Amino acid sequence: MRGKWPVLVLFLPPALLLFTVFVILPMGEAARYSFYNWNGYGLPTQWIGTKNYELIFRNGAFRTALINNGLIIVISICIQIPLALWLATMVSRNIKGALAFRLLFFLPYVLADVAAGMIWRFVYDGEFGLVAGIWNFFRAAPPFWLADKQVAFYAVLSVIVWKYFGFHMMLFIAGLQAIDKSVLEAADIDGATGWQKFYRVTLPLLGSTVRLSVFFAVVGSLQLFDMIMPLTGGGPSNATQTLVTFLYSFGVMRMQVGFGSAVGVVLFIICVTLAFGYKRIFMRND
Amino acid sequence: MTEAAPIDAATAASSGRRLSAGTQTYLYVSMLIIAGIVVIPLLTTATGGFKTLGELRGNPFGLPAEWQWSNYGNILTSQRYWMQMGNSLLIAGLTVFLTLLFASMAAFTFAHVKFFGSDFLLNYFLIGLMFPAATAILPLFIRIRDLGLLDTYWGVVLPQVAFGLGMSILLFRNYFKNLPPELFDAAFVDGAGYLRFFWHISLPLSRPIIATVGIISFVGSWNSYILPLIMLNSESKYPWPLGIMVYRGNSAPIGS
Repeated sequence: MRGKWPVLVLFLPPALLLFTVFVILPMGEAARYSFYNWNGYGLPTQWIGTKNYELIFRNGAFRTALINNGLIIVISICIQIPLALWLATMVSRNIKGALAFRLLFFLPYVLADVAAGMIWRFVYDGEFGLVAGIWNFFRAAPPFWLADKQVAFYAVLSVIVWKYFGFHMMLFIAGLQAIDKSVLEAADIDGATGWQKFYRVTLPLLGSTVRLSVFFAVVGSLQLFDMIMPLTGGGPSNATQTLVTFLYSFGVMRMQVGFGSAVGVVLFIICVTLAFGYKRIFMRND
Repeated sequence: MTEAAPIDAATAASSGRRLSAGTQTYLYVSMLIIAGIVVIPLLTTATGGFKTLGELRGNPFGLPAEWQWSNYGNILTSQRYWMQMGNSLLIAGLTVFLTLLFASMAAFTFAHVKFFGSDFLLNYFLIGLMFPAATAILPLFIRIRDLGLLDTYWGVVLPQVAFGLGMSILLFRNYFKNLPPELFDAAFVDGAGYLRFFWHISLPLSRPIIATVGIISFVGSWNSYILPLIMLNSESKYPWPLGIMVYRGNSAPIGS
């Protein structure tokens, strides 16, 4: 093998440099800054040990954010994924218009997160929105869901289901296509009903797709930011914060570099633990 | 959207098994309900843009009594709208170009050149897949500021490229590995070096994966919100997701 060195010297360094400077080093610096009280100007000098971490876990908004992220995962598993699976079984049948419905259901996922947030903010608007229109039609006083801290997060959760079920549906359609038709025909010959076929044949064979789908739901929940900002911005009184919006409102907006970095480190640890743990426990054989 | 038309005997026969009328009704009714939930918010927002505020209050569902073309017209003719589109396009274009260039070059060395520590380096890049850009956003901001790139397109482009590298290198490497090795041997016999092999053989054969990586990074950059939000200050440099949030202020429905 000749001429190996020119390639190594020319081809590897640009990617390596960029990746190190903008991904790895900032992560390392986040770990360092998290032990300082620093507003970002000058050099970090005020070492405060683990005080930032203590502040995070004593912060009520952080706990809300953590619970909200958990709720998103629970709703994804209990509502979004079953819904996606149900729709996938319907649109992969051999009926007229199935393709059109498939495309239609995928539409919200194609939409940019920010645009989806904007649209739903308008829909939920208590004065001009769709919800207000329905309530006015029944001569009832329209609700301001996004301004009510008891219900705001449920309103956000329904937007999340609306936005992302199409993605999971596409995963399931691909999974269903991979199932050998002869297995289902064998079940037919044995006299299985539609429900039995689904529960005893299709679902077990979709196991790996379900696990993948849950994995994406977990990862997506931890990154959720773009859609929350136009919808509620984390409010009212921090009722709809997620981990990333919490980092933004408490770290970036107030330029608390130390505190924000500590939140970043906590988020990093949660991401890595969940990703590795989930892969190790549930996706060993996939 | 498709009508719930009854399937006649001919199509039912061609589609294999006949579905009972009950099953068909159940299928179409459920799908139409979900389709309604998906489409109605989008449609009312789109038609809402043609209405006056007063009409929005009284008649949120139907078509506007009087089409207010000016709502959309004002946006489409405003300089700000096209400027934001241009900014988004420029940022996305630079991101796609640099991602394709750097990722394909790095992936090529991982796929074809054997060198000490290549597995270690590949895994190093894959760390980037594990956490979102938001985790290190504050140190990233400090770094961009210290490099003097704050409020420039590069301050958004370079981190976006860096965070896209892991996935892109993985996709490129898998594709390069699957190219027939005979090509490689033949090129070497003919006296081509790695560089010419990369430029004249690997890349021309990799159009599908170039398109895939290009589309992924374009869409990611086009929709990206948190990085420009933190790195850009002046409105003349805003890409559209930031610009749309500025529109939100005035309560015209199309912006809201």
